[in-house]
Amino acid sequence: MDNVACKIQLPRKEQETSVVAGKGTALSLARGALSSRPVQVSGLLLILLIVSSLFAPVVSPHDPIQMNPPDRLKPPGRSYLLGTDEYGRDVLSRILWGARISLAVGAAAVALAAVGGVFLGVLAGYYGGMIESLIMRLMDVALCFPPILLGIAVVGFAGKSLLNLVIVLGFLFIPRFARVIYSSVQSVKQNQYVEASRASGGTHVYIMLHHILPNIFAIIIIQVTLNFGFMILLEAGLSFLGLGTQPPTPSWGTMIASARDYMEIAPFLVVWPSLAVAITVLAFNLLGDGLRDALDPRLIQ
Amino acid sequence: MITVLLMLGVASVVFFVIYLIPGDVANIIAGERATPEQVAHVRQALGMDRPLYVQYLDWLSKVIRGDLGKSLISGRPVMKDLILQLPRTLELMVSAILLAVVVGIPAGILASVRRSRVEDRVVSTLGLLGLSLPSFVIGTLLALVLGVYLRWLPISGFMPFDEDPVHHLKLLFMPSLALGLSMAGVVMRMTRSTMLGVLGEDYIRTARAKGLSERAVHYRHALRNALVPVVSIIGVQAGTLLGGTVIIEFIFNWPGLSSLLIRAIYQRDAPLVQGVILLISGAFILINLVVDLLNCRLDPRIRYG
Repeated sequence: MDNVACKIQLPRKEQETSVVAGKGTALSLARGALSSRPVQVSGLLLILLIVSSLFAPVVSPHDPIQMNPPDRLKPPGRSYLLGTDEYGRDVLSRILWGARISLAVGAAAVALAAVGGVFLGVLAGYYGGMIESLIMRLMDVALCFPPILLGIAVVGFAGKSLLNLVIVLGFLFIPRFARVIYSSVQSVKQNQYVEASRASGGTHVYIMLHHILPNIFAIIIIQVTLNFGFMILLEAGLSFLGLGTQPPTPSWGTMIASARDYMEIAPFLVVWPSLAVAITVLAFNLLGDGLRDALDPRLIQ
Repeated sequence: MITVLLMLGVASVVFFVIYLIPGDVANIIAGERATPEQVAHVRQALGMDRPLYVQYLDWLSKVIRGDLGKSLISGRPVMKDLILQLPRTLELMVSAILLAVVVGIPAGILASVRRSRVEDRVVSTLGLLGLSLPSFVIGTLLALVLGVYLRWLPISGFMPFDEDPVHHLKLLFMPSLALGLSMAGVVMRMTRSTMLGVLGEDYIRTARAKGLSERAVHYRHALRNALVPVVSIIGVQAGTLLGGTVIIEFIFNWPGLSSLLIRAIYQRDAPLVQGVILLISGAFILINLVVDLLNCRLDPRIRYG
């Protein structure tokens, strides 16, 4: 999470110090976003999720990896709130620890995708010409691959490690960011303050950092939120196929995969991690939708 | 023209990604205990001792002629395996898309016509839910409810259509539903929002003022214009669906392209992996071309050079 937080903080500070008018609008935008019901509900859900995964070592009632064969496949009850899995491990604890993996992988991958995508998108949108054609045609090619497919191929060949997973997911999503950022930069650079800054001797780098970035900040946040949910889906999907997080590390995808073998005797085993994935992704989608309605300047008009 | 260039770009990426990734194919074929000479021999036999650009051009010229090489494991032409398994994946995709269109478009129209009422709320909520539930979760839950609890349908497997059509369709039902539901959510949301946009336009007011029935206004005037973005999103989704089939085929033991891909990856069968990815990505580009052409027909204002 730290990565994303840093990334998000940076442009906002610049906005508050350099663009005088930006301060008030940023605050009112934030207030507008916070007053929408979907944003409140999903935000609360996500805060709960983040806090409980951060404190997983404290709040989870059992060790998520320690096997306990006498207690295997217990139904939900008092000592095991959500029951136990085929090795007698507490499902609730595993879901809480699994949340850490999902969120950490999602955050790292989104950070990579956002940094790469914003960099390429701003370059292409700002400079235009050859740089634009080169970058955007490359992105077009990259967009031709269904993400999960390339993910499977690369992780399958390069080795199943969390780091590989993060790198693959991050790179796969760079074009999505680049596309959106590119088109918004194109419209932002039409503004007269860009021209004014240029006329008063502002360098390209200065303009990009102080005028372009702060003005596409809202769009970056929306993209980060929407794609975060996607990342969690992909991580779960790849882990489900055995190509993501490796056992015994608890992960929602692997939990669903192994629970499928016990569907007949312990149907709940498959329901809990499925619910965890579904609720988390739903929360990210709701938050993204809500933020877009509240923040996107194209919709505000 | 752009399509051809895209295909070329995609093919190049497929080639280089597989070759740049660590894990030497020759080592794997020669076996773990092979001497360096044996590995070198395998490398030579596969033509892997040539410079990279020679290998690349050789590979590319063969691909253009439809020769995707031979599987490193079974020795059979990759093309043959693809042609055998492709129809099964297509069948799954087509039925999922049909389901998404048949459910998603009417639901979206209903939600837009009855905006902010109960129907709209119910449909919109279900749509967002469908969007957020990953297909493998839907698939697993479907198998749990329909297969394990109610025992209405077999949980997984495949039966060729000509051997037992009824059983074939029974097996097809759950995977298509799992794939189609999340897409239906997307189609529904898109139909709803574009219909709402179109219904606010002046010509709709004119049509109403002419005394046309609500029905004629909605279907003859609004829907046609609202469908353009919907068709686009169906195209985009069809591409995503291609990726989604990987997991769904895995869950339901459906022997399509994905089972081929996963097996090939575990066996590190590079030509087979390249073949499958190339085919799927190529299909993705083609689908987008078809979508563009369809949109030209739906909206005469759209022209492509």
